[in-house]
Amino acid sequence: MKKRRRIRENLSGVVALAIASVVFVIPFLFMVVTAGKDRAEASRLELSLPTEWHLQANIEQVMATGRDLMLTALRNSLILTVASVALIVLLSAMVGFVLQRRRDRTGSAVAALMLAGLILPPALVPTIFMLQWLGLFKTLLGLILVETMLLMPFAVLIFRTFMTAIPRELDEAAIIDGAGPLRLFFKVILPLLRPAMITVIVVSSIAVYNDFVNPLYFLPGNGNATVQLTLYEFQSQFSTKWNLLFADVLLITIPPMIMFIFFQRQLVSGLTAGAVKG
Amino acid sequence: MSRADLPRSVRRTYSHAFYLPAGILFAVLFIAPTILAFYFSLTRWTLFDAEFIGLDNFSQFLREPALTNGMRNTLIYAVVTSGLKVIIGLLLAVLLTSSIRFRTLLRSIIFFPVLVSTVAVGITFAVLMHPSKGLINRALELIGIDGPSWLTDPGIALLSVAFVDVWKGVGIAMVIFIAGILSIPEEYLDAVRLEGGFWAKLRHVIIPLSRNATFTVILLSFIGGLRTFDLIWTMTRGGPGFTTDVIASTIYKQYQAGFYGLATAGNVLVFIVVIIIVYPMMRFFSRREIEL
Repeated sequence: MKKRRRIRENLSGVVALAIASVVFVIPFLFMVVTAGKDRAEASRLELSLPTEWHLQANIEQVMATGRDLMLTALRNSLILTVASVALIVLLSAMVGFVLQRRRDRTGSAVAALMLAGLILPPALVPTIFMLQWLGLFKTLLGLILVETMLLMPFAVLIFRTFMTAIPRELDEAAIIDGAGPLRLFFKVILPLLRPAMITVIVVSSIAVYNDFVNPLYFLPGNGNATVQLTLYEFQSQFSTKWNLLFADVLLITIPPMIMFIFFQRQLVSGLTAGAVKG
Repeated sequence: MSRADLPRSVRRTYSHAFYLPAGILFAVLFIAPTILAFYFSLTRWTLFDAEFIGLDNFSQFLREPALTNGMRNTLIYAVVTSGLKVIIGLLLAVLLTSSIRFRTLLRSIIFFPVLVSTVAVGITFAVLMHPSKGLINRALELIGIDGPSWLTDPGIALLSVAFVDVWKGVGIAMVIFIAGILSIPEEYLDAVRLEGGFWAKLRHVIIPLSRNATFTVILLSFIGGLRTFDLIWTMTRGGPGFTTDVIASTIYKQYQAGFYGLATAGNVLVFIVVIIIVYPMMRFFSRREIEL
């Protein structure tokens, strides 16, 4: 009886793995082999190993396209992601801290606003209007501020929930020791928020890095793109050079892949936050 | 510290000043644009000057077939994707919380596409769905099926994109359901294990007790579906014709053409749709939650 059950578990596991491989792994495999082919071979769109690997040459060719376009894009995406994530963490932790500790009318208003930010779609063209008014339209700084604003509601939710696990007695002890609000926050609370911080960093860095709509609206124009925009540009430019297009796809997919390998647990916990009451 | 002066110390320690930086950012880049959207949607607008034209933009949005189409498609897309994500996500979660082999590996494989950029996924699937050379139709050919033109047949193009959306996003639904199922107390599952089989377990324990997870998945994917843009734009650009245009892609097209007032009217229509559909959904869900 027990033995038969083990066999069944093994067998269904193998079947499930086979199906999942076909559905979820083959598209990625296709990406990799196409990125490694030469132009003629890639144009057949087959799932086969390249007769000869040209991956490095293809990537070099992508990097050389359009006056350092790719290099600029990689640099822009790096700055965008790092700066936005730093701002998201700092500003949202501050909000989450006071929001959880102090129940008052302002707090309810802030909470309602965060909820609105989670649900309502942003008004795109009026945002351009505001950015232009600030002199930040078509600048990386403008885009950084937009990304920060968009991800803050999610981050505040995570920090506020995590704050409930930090006992108030700790605050009181710090205050009795003479700590002011800023010292309490930066020296006592912020270090304790580390697990929540890692979750926020991992989830929002992937969201910012992968974002396409906001760079499209707020950082238009050639030559100053983010990596996602290069993909979009190459799609029309390389419409017959699949090997180069997929070399770019592959190149751009590497950072999230690394995140996935090291932080899968934090990613899952961040994305399920709020799903189970807590 | 005496009890009486606690409120004052609370006021001092948990100062509203902590809200300030985030508040300014929100005021300038969220509240102001949202309010301005309502005004500019009533104008013919060039970013530099705006001429008030009343509700003309809205009547144009609701009259022109190319634009009304976008509204209809958005709703179809949101309903189809969130429905499929709930069903497939739940089944995968049930499967992958059982004692099946390779459980962790399977979860990782299914979850991974969530992290890949939507543009990359769109480009890849546009190629896989190529009518004659694409891998999908070649595979179908092997078993004797003549595959359709996934992205160029007006009748199914929207559904093809929706299918890719489900492929990419079902991992989130799955992990949310897994978290929901794992929070069900062991006794409930043991109780039906003796009584009935798999369906009994699903119907009488898992579905009712992971209701929160279901609501979260529906809300998240519905909101995501209403806003969808990246996939549509990279896979079909709204074509063939306007058959796969959604609100977000019409807004972008109007914006590109310089019709800023019209684009903003589209944006306001999305606000209204979201408020009309999503707000009651949230109220309903949170009420049900208390009953539980």
